[in-house]
Amino acid sequence: MDFHLIKPMINKIAVFGNSTTKSATQHWLMQRITAVILIPLSFQLIVFLDLCMNAPYQQTVDWLQSPLNRLCIGVWLLAVFYHAAIGLQVVIEDYVADQGLQAKLIKAINLSFLFLMVAALFFMFRVI
Amino acid sequence: MAEFTLPKNSVLTQGKTYTAPEGTKNIRRFEIYRWDPDTGENPRIDIYELDADLCGTKVLDAIITIKNEVDSTLTFRRSCREGVCGSCAMNVNGKNSLACTKAISDYPDTIKIYPLPHLQVVKDLVPDMTNFYAQYAEIKPWLTSKTTPPATERLQSRADRDKLDGLYDCVLCACCSTSCPSYWWNSDKYLGPAVLLQAYRWLVDSRDEATEERLTQLDDAFKLYRCHTIMNCTDTCPKGLNPAKAIAETKKLLVNRKT
Repeated sequence: MDFHLIKPMINKIAVFGNSTTKSATQHWLMQRITAVILIPLSFQLIVFLDLCMNAPYQQTVDWLQSPLNRLCIGVWLLAVFYHAAIGLQVVIEDYVADQGLQAKLIKAINLSFLFLMVAALFFMFRVI
Repeated sequence: MAEFTLPKNSVLTQGKTYTAPEGTKNIRRFEIYRWDPDTGENPRIDIYELDADLCGTKVLDAIITIKNEVDSTLTFRRSCREGVCGSCAMNVNGKNSLACTKAISDYPDTIKIYPLPHLQVVKDLVPDMTNFYAQYAEIKPWLTSKTTPPATERLQSRADRDKLDGLYDCVLCACCSTSCPSYWWNSDKYLGPAVLLQAYRWLVDSRDEATEERLTQLDDAFKLYRCHTIMNCTDTCPKGLNPAKAIAETKKLLVNRKT
């Protein structure tokens, strides 16, 4: 595909959760909502990480095949990458004064986390 | 990027020492930031030793004594000398305060006095407040009404009047704003705790009819949401006010407006 055609698409994706283009209140609220969602889900993640490190492969996959566990880890992945992207954006806005560099860094951060989110979900569903 | 090192011309040097006359019993030592734009020299720290029995009880009394009796070139702002005007805001022993409300006896040892942090210095302890006042004007700090004015005063219930307590008392000394790291990094765009407290003062005023416009103005990633609840503002306020709470209440108003 021609890069000129996908560039606007990338730009659109790259500003997800961008506090300067959307409502700043919505951005702030989403940061809090995802933080609250992550608290209970992180307990489930600890169980999952414990299995990853200490249990046999098949037992870990079996655990992940349970709909509740799958849902928890899936939502955790969605929430954590979204939370990280909007949180890091605030840090960049705080400390990077150059507007051009600021916009580029936010785009890079958003695209990176989006890629990681999609990759993590893809591999999770591939093993189960 | 944010600057983490001091520019060369802002590095402090050691200045003069004015020792107390011989035989002084109750000596208090003051280290004061001095900078004169006319000399082109770096800022310096001058040391003054005073007889605490001969000057008043407050830090401002000591500074006035220094100006009157020791070194008339020392420059600072002061007016009411009782915590009402907000003129003598300065950094005393690392904390922004009104010099007129801080007792010398509250500080055990040497008292170090600097201008308010992260503002351009005009001279000695006088900071440039231009941006701070421009930001205050930006929130339109006056009653805005769309309805025809009544023949008498605009009345409000006691309960509505009570909502203004802890807000109208702000003297705009800028101690809170200049203690806020978010304001240090982004003072050109972030309104800062003092101005946001005033913005909230008009948001909760039952007589004001521009709430929607005021909230729309504040729904901005930089104007309001640079507040990361650091709480330095509440910790430092010499009037005991709580700008952090006012900012949190403003955020709640914005969230409720959306839903």
